[in-house]
Amino acid sequence: MGSHGIKDRVAIVGMGCTRFTEHWDKGVDELLLAATGDAFASAGVDKEQVDAYWLGTAQSGMSGLTLSRPLRLRDKPVTRVENFCATGSEALRQAAYAVASGAYDMAMAVGVEKVKDSGYQGLNAFPIPGDGTARTLTAAAMFSMVAPAYADRYGVSEQEMRTVLARIAAKNHANGARNPRAQFRREMSVERLCAMPAVAGGLSVFDCAGVADGSAAAIVVRAEDAHRYTDRPLYIKALSFVAGDGGGLTDPAYDYTTFPEVAASAADAYAQAGVTSPRDELAMAEVHDCFTPTELVLLEDLGFAERGQAWKEVLAGGYDLDGALPVNPDGGLKACGHPVGASGLRMMFEAWLQLRGEAPDERRISTYGSRSLALTHNLGGYPGEMVSFVSIVGV
Amino acid sequence: MHGILGWGVHLPHHRLDRAQIAPVAGTGGGTGTRTVASYDEDTTTMGVAAARAALRARPAGVRSLWFATAEPAYLDKTNATAVHAALRLDRDAAAYDAVGSVRSALGALRAALTGPGTALAVAADLRAGLPGGPDEAEGGDGAAALVVGSAADGPVLAEVAAWVSLTEEFTDRWRVPGKPASRRWEERFGEVVYARLGAEALKLALAEAGVATEDVARLIVAGTHARAARTVAAGSGVPAGRVADRLHATVGNTGAAQPAMLLAAALETAAPGDHLVLLTLSDGADAIVLRATAALAEYRPAAPVAEQAAAGAPVSYGAYLAWRGLLRVEPPRRPEPARPSSSAASRNADWKYGFAGPPGAPRPMADVAGTIAAFTVDRLAYSPSPPMVFAVVDFDGGGRLPVELTDVDAAEVAVGDRVEPTFRRLFTADGIHNYFWKARPVRGGTER
Repeated sequence: MGSHGIKDRVAIVGMGCTRFTEHWDKGVDELLLAATGDAFASAGVDKEQVDAYWLGTAQSGMSGLTLSRPLRLRDKPVTRVENFCATGSEALRQAAYAVASGAYDMAMAVGVEKVKDSGYQGLNAFPIPGDGTARTLTAAAMFSMVAPAYADRYGVSEQEMRTVLARIAAKNHANGARNPRAQFRREMSVERLCAMPAVAGGLSVFDCAGVADGSAAAIVVRAEDAHRYTDRPLYIKALSFVAGDGGGLTDPAYDYTTFPEVAASAADAYAQAGVTSPRDELAMAEVHDCFTPTELVLLEDLGFAERGQAWKEVLAGGYDLDGALPVNPDGGLKACGHPVGASGLRMMFEAWLQLRGEAPDERRISTYGSRSLALTHNLGGYPGEMVSFVSIVGV
Repeated sequence: MHGILGWGVHLPHHRLDRAQIAPVAGTGGGTGTRTVASYDEDTTTMGVAAARAALRARPAGVRSLWFATAEPAYLDKTNATAVHAALRLDRDAAAYDAVGSVRSALGALRAALTGPGTALAVAADLRAGLPGGPDEAEGGDGAAALVVGSAADGPVLAEVAAWVSLTEEFTDRWRVPGKPASRRWEERFGEVVYARLGAEALKLALAEAGVATEDVARLIVAGTHARAARTVAAGSGVPAGRVADRLHATVGNTGAAQPAMLLAAALETAAPGDHLVLLTLSDGADAIVLRATAALAEYRPAAPVAEQAAAGAPVSYGAYLAWRGLLRVEPPRRPEPARPSSSAASRNADWKYGFAGPPGAPRPMADVAGTIAAFTVDRLAYSPSPPMVFAVVDFDGGGRLPVELTDVDAAEVAVGDRVEPTFRRLFTADGIHNYFWKARPVRGGTER
């Protein structure tokens, strides 16, 4: 019994990622072809060389046929996976384990979501038949409860809290402005962000992730084979996943200032990777900033700040591109948008670019060259009932 | 002798100031207010609220439930079964509807009084009319429930000394099913017919009970024809000071719920030994003579009518029209919710309707108040009347649940506020009403 991980047994040797935006002119097929095409080219392989495929999509298609049809894959195992907003990361996890097991030499993980065809703003979940008693409030509203809870627990004034959240959004928008694949490419000032009207609790639309279509893909092989495909493979150090029991919703002790599933998956990932001081060892992190208060709490749950301290580090710029630990250097969900099934692999794509020195100068992380580990964190669900994924990769 | 063992009344939180009507409709309205059921209330949910108030004041092993309304949430499907489920009545307690008219409420009460064991007679009504019309201004929404039975079922608070029911076919008021408003014949015709019927029923009932007119402590005249009610009361021989207030100034005429509601209000101020007469003018006349017993002095209603009538918060005429479907407003730009699954709802009926956990759970949450631990105002979620207000509620004695709040001003919710569960209709999809529990602020003396 135990979570042993697959440290340094599997490597990513090729990646592709479309721009995340409102792709009115592209459907699921076009997005998949674009992302997988870039990944094949990146690794210098073709679709026949990939032995098995995992497709992550929350609700843009069902079954492996969603991928096998547009790619014209024949006689290949193609599996569709879904794990809420951590779907893309789950696809990578399955592909990596398949290679680590020895079952396949080469596997691909693809994530895609076409969210802008629904005709409604925001993300809208598939209705699953039920007794009609399930909560119907939005994710924004659920996560909005984090901000006042955090402020109350740590003695942060309402005005300070507003500024902290705006500072997180401003950082991610600044990073997104330097990312040609981001949905939003304009910087936003803290003052302007603070002036936005609230739509859910104290959150404005600009405290929420963008809503975009997109796709991203990764090709994985056994570590010992990696150099056949690239000089700079990204080695998988840890992959962890935790699905909570939903108890936080009904636990009177739960106070909405932490996500225990995230803390648990981070602890597992750090153990797998042998990381003991993430703040000092990681070169960068991509975290699931679906809403600004989410990022604030993640900084603490992932061990980037002591409890009750992250808000000060945010204001001090500690997580900026030039900070001690850059967080969401590509702009995060905030600036990139959140095509659900693709986001986890988009995060990995940024680690791929940054650790390999391929990120453009204007958004190169301060730690480049001095540190070699990146963390990606992807969650799905709500405070009190969520799934959490943490990966650590390194060159 | 059979009689009233207890009562409960529900008046919706919202009040429409009648002066708001004419500036919009160009006509109608008047002075005072009327009660307005919230967008998430219907006759079933209001009936549940009244019945819960009745059973809170007079816990009883109910053997049969009668639910009367002129505005049923469903036709063809029984509405009393949802009330039965929300009250968590025994499986072998009968539940029947009596729908279509004010008179059906009297029939339901009569059936309840003559049946075996303790019975619950619940009446609820939503009274609307076309904008600017008299029914809109004079109507009121609400519900009343009477626990009835014999001395074997508990202390009788008011014994039924006589009941006379006169039936007559004539058309004074009518509504074709599906139409939003009733139509009325020329007022004088109904007034004359009801004056005759009322006087006759009153005389016969008093004679049957052996009570002289001058010994009537309270005369209640109910019925949708306000002018006829006034005429009958004026000609009854009962002094004006003993004629019950029909709650026009604050509540309005609650239709099928009015007879039991006015009786409840009268019982709340009655003294042991008093003779009360409930005279209802509806397609005939029902006259009931009741005698208050000594036990009445000990009875404490859960939420007195006077207290509820004096409470409430204003609702705009526009919101009222939208809630009743008389003004079509732009729907939220969110996907409409899917209809609840009948089979899933059936499996989880204890939870969905009774707000009770699975077998073995400590206790139903429906009867437990709680405190807001966290809350949020959601302007993005689908709601028939945005914004949606949601709170994480810690229930007294343990247990937490995130629940939607209702009857609240989003700007006034605060952590630490006290709330209590209330049975509501979340939305309707494919014609299926999705009933479940919300929480509302504990107000006045409603907390147990």
